[in-house]
Amino acid sequence: MAATDKVGAVMVVGGGISGLQSALDLADSGFKVYLVEKQPSIGGTMAQLDKTFPTNDCAMCIMAPKLVSTGRHHNISLVTNADIMSVDGQAGDFTVTVKQRALRVDPAKCTGCGSCAQTCPIETSDEYNENTKVRKAIYVRYPQAVPLVYSIDKDKCIGCGICAEECKAKAVVYDQEESTSEIKVGSIILSPGFDEFDARMKGEYGYGVYKNVVTSIEFERMLSATGPYFGTVLRPSDGDIPEKIAFIQCVGSRDEQVGNEYCSGVCCMYSIKEAIIAKEHGGDIKPKVFFMDMRAFGKEFDEYYNRAQNEYGIEFVRSRVASVFEDPETKNLVVKYVEKGEPKEEEFGLVVLAVGLKPPQDAEALSKVMGFDLNTDGFCRTTVFDPVSSSKQGVFVSGAFSSPKDIPMTVAEASGAAAKAATEIASARDSLVTMKEYPEELDITGQEPRIGVFVCHCGINIGGVVNVPSVAEYARTLPNVAYAEENLYTCSQDTQEKIKEMIKEHELNRVVVASCTPRTHEPLFQNTIKEAGLNSYLFEMANIRDQCSWIHMHEAPAATKKAKDLVRMAVAKARLLEPLENLTIDVNQQALVIGGGATGMIAALEMAKQGVKVHLVEKEKELGGNLRKLHYLPSGEDPTEHADALAKEVMSNDNITVHTGTGVKNIDGYVGNFKTALDSGEEIEHGVVILAVGGQEYKPEGEYLYGENPNVLTLLEFKEKLKKDEAKGDSYVFIQCVGSREEGHPNCSRVCCTGTMTAAIKVKEKNPEAKVYVLYRDIRTYGFREAYYKDAAEKGVTFIRFEDDVKPKVEDKGGKLQVTVTDEDTDKEVVLTSDYLVLASGTRPYPESEALAPMLKVPMTKEGFFLEAHMKLRPVDFATEGVYLAGLSHGPKFLDESIGQGLAAVARAMTVLSKKTLEAEGIVASLDETLCDGCGICVPTCEYKALEIIVDKKDETKKLVDVNVGLCKGCGACVGACPSGALTQKGFKDEQIVAMIDAALEGLLGKQEVKQ
Amino acid sequence: MAQKHHTAHHGKKHEPDKEWEPKIVGFLCNWCSYAGADLCGVSRFQYPTNIRLVRVMCSTRVSPHLVLDVFEAGADGILIGGCHLNDCHYMTGNFHTEKRVELMKRLLKEAGIDEGRLRLEWVSASEGEKFSKVVTEFTEGIQKLGPSKVRSDDMMKAKVSAADDASQTFRLKALVGKEFNLLSKGNAYGEEVDAEKLTGVIDVATQDEFERALILELARIRPMSVKQLGMVMDVPTDKILRHIVLLRQNSKIAMEHPEGFTPVYKTIAIGGEQ
Repeated sequence: MAATDKVGAVMVVGGGISGLQSALDLADSGFKVYLVEKQPSIGGTMAQLDKTFPTNDCAMCIMAPKLVSTGRHHNISLVTNADIMSVDGQAGDFTVTVKQRALRVDPAKCTGCGSCAQTCPIETSDEYNENTKVRKAIYVRYPQAVPLVYSIDKDKCIGCGICAEECKAKAVVYDQEESTSEIKVGSIILSPGFDEFDARMKGEYGYGVYKNVVTSIEFERMLSATGPYFGTVLRPSDGDIPEKIAFIQCVGSRDEQVGNEYCSGVCCMYSIKEAIIAKEHGGDIKPKVFFMDMRAFGKEFDEYYNRAQNEYGIEFVRSRVASVFEDPETKNLVVKYVEKGEPKEEEFGLVVLAVGLKPPQDAEALSKVMGFDLNTDGFCRTTVFDPVSSSKQGVFVSGAFSSPKDIPMTVAEASGAAAKAATEIASARDSLVTMKEYPEELDITGQEPRIGVFVCHCGINIGGVVNVPSVAEYARTLPNVAYAEENLYTCSQDTQEKIKEMIKEHELNRVVVASCTPRTHEPLFQNTIKEAGLNSYLFEMANIRDQCSWIHMHEAPAATKKAKDLVRMAVAKARLLEPLENLTIDVNQQALVIGGGATGMIAALEMAKQGVKVHLVEKEKELGGNLRKLHYLPSGEDPTEHADALAKEVMSNDNITVHTGTGVKNIDGYVGNFKTALDSGEEIEHGVVILAVGGQEYKPEGEYLYGENPNVLTLLEFKEKLKKDEAKGDSYVFIQCVGSREEGHPNCSRVCCTGTMTAAIKVKEKNPEAKVYVLYRDIRTYGFREAYYKDAAEKGVTFIRFEDDVKPKVEDKGGKLQVTVTDEDTDKEVVLTSDYLVLASGTRPYPESEALAPMLKVPMTKEGFFLEAHMKLRPVDFATEGVYLAGLSHGPKFLDESIGQGLAAVARAMTVLSKKTLEAEGIVASLDETLCDGCGICVPTCEYKALEIIVDKKDETKKLVDVNVGLCKGCGACVGACPSGALTQKGFKDEQIVAMIDAALEGLLGKQEVKQ
Repeated sequence: MAQKHHTAHHGKKHEPDKEWEPKIVGFLCNWCSYAGADLCGVSRFQYPTNIRLVRVMCSTRVSPHLVLDVFEAGADGILIGGCHLNDCHYMTGNFHTEKRVELMKRLLKEAGIDEGRLRLEWVSASEGEKFSKVVTEFTEGIQKLGPSKVRSDDMMKAKVSAADDASQTFRLKALVGKEFNLLSKGNAYGEEVDAEKLTGVIDVATQDEFERALILELARIRPMSVKQLGMVMDVPTDKILRHIVLLRQNSKIAMEHPEGFTPVYKTIAIGGEQ
């Protein structure tokens, strides 16, 4: 890399899901990352969640891989239990002073075995479980914590000294002091998350006074299998299962009284989720949700809401609850509310308060230390066109710290912020990252297996139950075992050295470790044997802790026997292990962006600024897309001006080749090696594709006199007229949800409510006397957009709610339009005459999406939007590597959200484009060509599109399947499908698996000799 | 349930109190109080016949669970004798005894046994007369208190048994085992330990461990709900639930899934629940 005055490192402040994503993206694209976290372990709020909407995925299950990758990434340094003290310097070259509070445990020695916490006599309430459980004074925040290092809560510790006596690794350091360090970085990303609203401030709901009033996050823990009640919902007062549960929405949100006027944006969905999960746990539970507007605005959220009502029978009541009282005898709760003007009361067994999100406690301190602005609500201030930048250059922001938001939006922003942070220091890429050097690999071809077995005591975790010496002794008797020993901690640093020595001394060519789970520790040991010159796949683990000693604590002899069996199985497989190769594939470091709207332009520019050659393809003659159709933005900027400016910047950037007025004819290839043909005849070679093809406004068909009366317009058509001052009149009626949330298009189009507010406010500004009516079903001005709703109402816009299934009627009455609607609140029919009828019609995908999907082998939703790899944690990826998506072709969204996704796609793409070669997995499918007859049964089983039927080059009459190891992720689905036995999976061959089973059954299969 | 049982006993078995003679056990340390008791004999100081003496090398050998075992067996009173503070043959043994007796008293209180049934006295090898006075006084006191109800009252028996179990938990042993050293020598941070705070910590731990042991004791006999346990134990139900949360976590008790809305729990001996 060229000499640069920029520092090739980034500091990420906050280790929740947002910080993890930013850190991984940056570390995977050539930057050193310092991840600073207040708590002793990373994971943030998501680690506390039971399930996630709308897929009901287990939060920890989908998050754990990212936690583990972050924890062991060689370019990510975790700085936990730490606070930012000061920041000096400027963008590109910051010096950050970080104070690390004493853990009082040496992280280099602690193996996370947990013996200390078992014996600690001090119990205190467990914050991770929202105080529904107890933890010890020496603790980890949660069992899967990363880093898995215990720490002492000094406020609670009495200093009895027992943990130090118990710790076999001698890791407890009572007199450890806090340490301060100066860290040099080029960019900073803020992802400190949010705090929950303190429900005590809403005294009328009795939180903190009545035992059976809980917050939503407490309820989340109550639902969790790892929570206090093992997943059965129980009342905190008496342990009964509550028959009826009330969910009260907007606690601390949309509430002037408590000073939070914004909508927290996530509570409607998490309450629906919690109600569904509660119902799934106990069929007799009857949840009822009290809400003001149901804000199910995200991708497929409305379908989730519909399922909650229709499939789960969850009741929804549109009302703001006035107060909650407890029956002192039964501890049941009486909820008082007004429905359709009538005061009502209902008794519940449990009340869950949907608490809102507020800025983190240290927001102000952070803003002062770093010099960035907060908005009036105390969140980090950002702008529509730069949604991931703070007001301070070089300091970026993602997640709930800039506005309340859900996980997919957070993850997208986290990648987006990573892209911006990288651009700032692009010239210093690869300057601070380290590449590990390994000795040349030993050739073991033709050698008899010589297996080394290392059996771990894990302090007393294994040794306290299993007779470890006898297991090691037994291992020595097994065929091909050349060496066996026991270790206090096999994972400790000194044991790694010992393993390397023993490999040399005994000429070991296979290693088996009998200890904990390969899911956390296999990479460590693989690295160790690689350092000793062995191929890292010549390794096998026997899980004698998590799956033996911990579950048979009271059956020592049986546990010891089982541990021996597990070791025998591992040795049986190890005997058959072979060295595997991680193939590399070359990467063409150019990018293709399809779609020249705001999202595509910004994505192209961001990559160009990082030095990437980009091809931008736009089917229209002019760049700008929908940005040219908005005319007004609620925040006041002029979208057309921005479109012009962006287009100009794109056109004048040397790294960007613009192809306008042409579509894409064909795309071939795979990650790193795509070939694309355009309609114009041009051919492009590139390494990644970003799909930013956009979407369009639905044109109503046969509804509300659209197309028949010239004064019935869609929202965008109306805004255009308004901009041109061609929509003068005295009265205006807006109808919401036209072509959204109905048969065939069940989901919300997300932007129409706010778009309507923008137009209605403009109308009122132009003519304050004008009568403006908005006919709606739910007003979904989530987040800070709530302010526009309030503004519209204050300017005199009248809002009338109609029942979901009773649409307003429109008639042409001699030039004027007459709209008849039944007001749901009063059940009375209201007749309005108006000059203009504006239809807030939904967002639809372009038909082009459907043509592109098969070329790139990417899936779509039934509504025709692209379907990402994972709704929660991979919002801009596809399962197919090297293809990314952003903007309206992913689903309806606002401009800032599209831009955020565009930037996110850049960060994801840069994890490929920043490298000259990609390393493929070692465990991949492999083909015996002599057995394959090209039947193609395996092809559809591959989620990653790694298989293709080709003509055999040696015999043109024959067909074969081609395994693209660059795309193969090593799941083995194809192997299971292959009828001829031609496909096999490296590292999990049939004979390797059979050898294990045979060893388990002590030779019953008769395939192998087993020595007892 | 315990109540009902108790009434049944009254009708059939209970003999008039006048025939009752208190059963008292004394634990005496070899070096001071046992020698003091010998001197008492040498000097012919008389005391009531009820007490049976057990010699130990140091009063600190008297583990809380030994005392609780004796009460569980139905003894009416226990006397522990040791050297005066600072006179211990083993330097600091009796300081530990003092702390352990505090724990025993805490647990007796939890079990509903009058604290007056346990007495710790420092009797030196030269205090023969004091020994006779102590025994006489103690015996009279026990006579006033009447017979221990442990043998006739199932609930009390369960409680004493729970107190016994609690006394053997690692948590209480660790705290009480460390108490004297923490107070006299400071803690692992080299700080002086606030005695009041430490007492508070031990009080909370004692109550917790006792209540948890009692829950296990009661739910061993038959499955019980949180509300039933709350009523029988006279402990708030939310607290019972919190104990159950922990006991389930430690695989000590399992939920039996209910027909209706009230789960019941049963103590498990080995392994965890599914």
